[in-house]
Amino acid sequence: MMNNTEREVKILAIESSCDETAAAVVVNGRDMRSNVISSQIALHTLYGGVVPEIASRKHIEKINQVIEQALADAKMTLDDLDAVAVTYGPGLVGALLVGVAEAKAISYAKHLPLVGVHHIEGHISANYIENPDLEPPFLCLVVSGGHTHLVKVLDYGKYEVLGRTRDDAAGEAFDKVARAIGLGYPGGPKIEKVSHEGNPGAISFPRAKIADGVYDFSFSGLKSAVLNYLNGCRMKNIPICQADVAASFQQSVTDVLVEHARHAIREFHMDKFAIAGGVASNGTIREAMETMCKEEGVAFYHPSPILCTDNAAMIGAAAYYDFMQGKRAGLDLNAVPNLKLETTV
Amino acid sequence: MKILALDSSGLVASVAVVEDDNLLGEYTMNYKKTHSQTLLPMLDEVASMMELDLNSIDAIAVSAGPGSFTGLRIGSATAKGLALALNKKIVSVPTVDALAYNLWGSSDLICPLMDARRQQAYTGLYEFSDGNLQTICPQCAVGIEEIIEKVNEQNRKTVFLGDGVPVFAEYIKEHVKTAYEFAPAHMNRQRAASVAVLGMVLFKQGKAEDAAAHKPEYMRLSQAERERQEKERDFRI
Repeated sequence: MMNNTEREVKILAIESSCDETAAAVVVNGRDMRSNVISSQIALHTLYGGVVPEIASRKHIEKINQVIEQALADAKMTLDDLDAVAVTYGPGLVGALLVGVAEAKAISYAKHLPLVGVHHIEGHISANYIENPDLEPPFLCLVVSGGHTHLVKVLDYGKYEVLGRTRDDAAGEAFDKVARAIGLGYPGGPKIEKVSHEGNPGAISFPRAKIADGVYDFSFSGLKSAVLNYLNGCRMKNIPICQADVAASFQQSVTDVLVEHARHAIREFHMDKFAIAGGVASNGTIREAMETMCKEEGVAFYHPSPILCTDNAAMIGAAAYYDFMQGKRAGLDLNAVPNLKLETTV
Repeated sequence: MKILALDSSGLVASVAVVEDDNLLGEYTMNYKKTHSQTLLPMLDEVASMMELDLNSIDAIAVSAGPGSFTGLRIGSATAKGLALALNKKIVSVPTVDALAYNLWGSSDLICPLMDARRQQAYTGLYEFSDGNLQTICPQCAVGIEEIIEKVNEQNRKTVFLGDGVPVFAEYIKEHVKTAYEFAPAHMNRQRAASVAVLGMVLFKQGKAEDAAAHKPEYMRLSQAERERQEKERDFRI
């Protein structure tokens, strides 16, 4: 076999697992040549959250334009590519299917190898794009609207999930609390913004610990505590300070995430820690993680906000390592809404 | 002229290639496996059996709806991916029209019925005159009673077909006042060959669209949009 490391491997990646239609061209897993994202946030804001059927309908309307733009930005045509990659799970099944069917058709018509990518693996791999020195093993916390995973990255494509949420994802808790205090959707950026004017120590919300899973998370209790607090205030006619509630809630989430990460860094003697996912663009959480990493003496990595949100460049980064290991998907690749990030030790 | 056609609008998955007056290959499956897993392997099978050079096709016809929302999107996304890669145009073929085309040349009134759930059918009324499909009632999503009333108004022999037939058979028996038949197995479900032939007619009429602009015709809003509209309407009252 030819030594593949000497040539450029150009991958077109497609992502449509939730409410962003995205395509990107990534060379050798690290060199992002384009990264196009068509966001539907404005559309879903009307409904206070992502409506799966509407998301799926938007994906099919936008997908060709997004792919063509990604190729144009990269100054390439399909003939320049070495492979096509696509997110096939986890996510909204109807949304995933648009990207999967499109990617399969392109791969088939152009005789290009197809690589199916796990969405979380994509988020983790977003860190490779801007950090050329980052290589496994490292510890990664993936926090987004749909996921909260503490993952040991053993090698490229090899993951051990240390903990995950037992109920709501961290981003989901942000959305629900934002709705309860009248901030609306999407909750993450709105809570972060208003928190700057609030006192994070004003209200003591719980920091949930799971007895039989030290690395697992639970955010539904926190969400209920916020709702109970709001109800209590209303019943007793105590004025609610939106900024204090937001800041105190955000502090509670931050503390839980930081302490879980710290615990894992110590137990597994990791010297590199990365965050990923939409919630990783939250400045307060990022700064707290950075401080913790300094205290623990470990290197801290985080993607730029544009690579924290759902995007296809991260899928192209993950796909490269799968591609080099010979992983290929067939024409019968299906969307898997609850796909697990396997422990492939 | 060579047309590649796809239909995954209902329970059937179907792929066909038609060149002028010849059906070169057709593969139709009516089995529970998901279209996402079957449609492209079926195309691959047909294409390799007939040694098809995909670049030689003139356009891609797709059964564009109404039908299962997810099924339509699998067909459309497959068509859009192929069209993007091959630099071809897409012909959106109305699903109910294509079903009616299964009965080309019939002198009877044709009433395709697709089960649209919620006691509704995706349906329409058609006839053939001089070999051309004539639309009496364009494809729509209506209650079964509404379309049967229209059938009775026409007062002529009617052929019913589609996956709605078993669902509405009892209702038809009780309420249809004209003579009627149910189409037999070889023509009573979606067939990509019909999509291809009707697609060729539409293509010659200049009705092809850019792949990027193509989207399915659902004929129904999503549940969330429907509920929101109802809420707004209630508010206005």
